Amino acid sequence: MARAGLPRSLRDWAVLLALLAYATPFFWQLLPPLFPSRLTWEHYRVVLGQSVMLRALVNSLGVGIITTVLALALGIFGAYGIARYPIPGKALLLLLIVGGTAFPQIATVSPLYLLMRALSLRDTWLALILANTSFALPLVIWLLTGFLQEIPVGLEEAASVDGASRPRAFRWIVLPLLAPGLASAALLTFLFSWNEFLFAYTFTATEASRTVPVALALFPGVFEVPWGDIAAASILASIPPVALVVGLQRYLVRGLLSGALRE
Amino acid sequence: MSPGGSAATVMRSPRRAAGQGLLLVAPALLALGALTLYPTLWVGWLSLQRRIPIFGVERFEGLGNFFFLATDPRFWKAAQVTLVFTVASVALELVGGVLVALALRGQRAGARVSLSFLLLAWALPSVVTAKLFEWLYNPAAGLVNFLLGGIALNWLGDPRLALPGLILADVWRTLPFVTVLCYARLLAIPVELYEAAQMDGAGAVATFTRITLPLLRRILLIAVLFRTLDALRSFDLMFVLTGGGPAGTTETLTVYAYRSLFQAVQLGLGSAVGVVVFALVMLVAWGYLRALRHEGLAA
Repeated sequence: MARAGLPRSLRDWAVLLALLAYATPFFWQLLPPLFPSRLTWEHYRVVLGQSVMLRALVNSLGVGIITTVLALALGIFGAYGIARYPIPGKALLLLLIVGGTAFPQIATVSPLYLLMRALSLRDTWLALILANTSFALPLVIWLLTGFLQEIPVGLEEAASVDGASRPRAFRWIVLPLLAPGLASAALLTFLFSWNEFLFAYTFTATEASRTVPVALALFPGVFEVPWGDIAAASILASIPPVALVVGLQRYLVRGLLSGALRE
Repeated sequence: MSPGGSAATVMRSPRRAAGQGLLLVAPALLALGALTLYPTLWVGWLSLQRRIPIFGVERFEGLGNFFFLATDPRFWKAAQVTLVFTVASVALELVGGVLVALALRGQRAGARVSLSFLLLAWALPSVVTAKLFEWLYNPAAGLVNFLLGGIALNWLGDPRLALPGLILADVWRTLPFVTVLCYARLLAIPVELYEAAQMDGAGAVATFTRITLPLLRRILLIAVLFRTLDALRSFDLMFVLTGGGPAGTTETLTVYAYRSLFQAVQLGLGSAVGVVVFALVMLVAWGYLRALRHEGLAA
C-alpha cells in the first residue's frame, strides 16, 4: 500500500515495537512492589505509612489545585482583554507572554529564592503557588487567547444588540463556548504544577511543603531502601497524571495542539 | 462580575474600550511583572555581583563573573554537554516521533492504546522517569542489561555511557510529544492526495518525500522549537538520574548553575550561568521565530 508510504506489516511491527517500548517500563515498575514473590500491598503500606509520602501527596494536590485556580482566574480576564479589546501595544504584550512560556526556570530560581526568603515564605505552599504561577500564567493566557479568538465576536455583538451587558454576554455566551478550552488549560497547568521539581526542591525544607517529586528525589537509593518502596512511591506520584491522561485525553491533546499550532 | 461592566454596548468609544481592556489585563500583568519580569531583571543584577553569603561577601563586580566563566573549563564542559544533549535528543525524538506517527496512522485500536501509553510517558513527572530509568539501568537487575543478553554494563556509572543513557531516557520521555503533533497533522491530510499519487505511479519513497514530508514541515519546525527550548533548560532528569556525574560527564549548564547557586552558595556566579541559559533560550527562540515567519511568507 502506497497510502502511508510504509508497507502494512512493517507498520504493524513498528506499532508493536513502540507499544512494547512504552508499556514495558510501566509494568516493569508496577510489578516489583506487587510481586516480590507473592502478591503484596506491603510496599504501599510502608510508603504511605511513612508520613512523608502521604503528606507530599497532600502538598502536591493543594499546590497544584490552587495554582491552577489562580492562573485561570487571572488568565481568563487577561486573555479576554487581549482577545476582545483594542489595547495599545498588544503585539508586544503577546510577544512577552509567549516569551514568558519559554523562560528557563534556572534563570529565575535565584531571585525568586531571595524573594521568598525576604517575604518569609520559604517552606510554605504559597511560595510554590507563586513560583508555579510564573510559568503557568503565560501558558494559560496564551492558550485562552487562542481559544477566545476562535469564538466569533458576532455572537457577543448580537447579544449586546439584544440589550445584554458585556459581563452578561461573557457569562452566558462566551464562557460556555470557552469551557473545553478552559478544561485544556486547567489540565496542562495542573500537570505542570504536579510535575514541577526545581522550584519545589529549592523553596521547600521540610515535609510541611515538600511535593511528591521532591519527596521521591530525596528517597534514599536502591542500596538503602527496597526497590519496591521506591516503585510504590513512583506509582503513587504517577496516579494523577495517569488519571488525567486516561480520563481526559481529548482535552490534553487539544491543549497540546493548540499550544503548538500557533506561533 | 468583571471590571468595566458599565459598558452596555460593545466598543462605542475606542479610548474607553482600551481603558476597560487594560483593566481586564491589569491583574495578570501585575502578577507577571512581579513573578517573571522582576526576577529576570534581578537575576541580571545578581550576575554582576560577587555574592557568597556564608563568608558575608557581597559586592558589585561588573562583568567579573562572565570573565571568569569565559576561562572556566567546567563551564565549557557543561556547555558542551548541554549542546550534545540538546542536539542528540531533539534529533532522535524528531526521527523517532515521525516514524511512530507514520506507523500509527491507519491503525485503529492499536493507535488509541499506543497513544495512551505514549502520552502517559510524556505526562509523568520527570523525577519518576529518572527513578524508572535508574532501575532500568541497574547493572545487576536492570531490564536494559537483561535485554542486552545479561551483560553487566554500569550505564550511569561509566563516563562513556552516562550521557547516552541520559539522552535515551529523555528521548523516551519526550518523543511522544512529537508523535502526537505529527499524528494529528497526518490525520488532517486528505486521502485523495495519496490516491492521486498512487494513480500517478508514485512509489512509497516518493510519496513520503513529495507529499507527507512537505505537509509535516511546518509542524516539525514548531516541534523542533519547543523541544530545543525544553532540552536547553531541562534540569530535573539529569539532576535526579545522574546528578551531573560521573566525573561531570552529564553536567549541563542548568546543573552547573544549580550547583553554584545552592551547593557552593555562590549566588553571583550561579546567576551568571543562569543568565547564559536564558540568553541561549531567547536566542534560539528568536532565530526559530524568524525562520518560521520566513517559512510562512514562502508557503
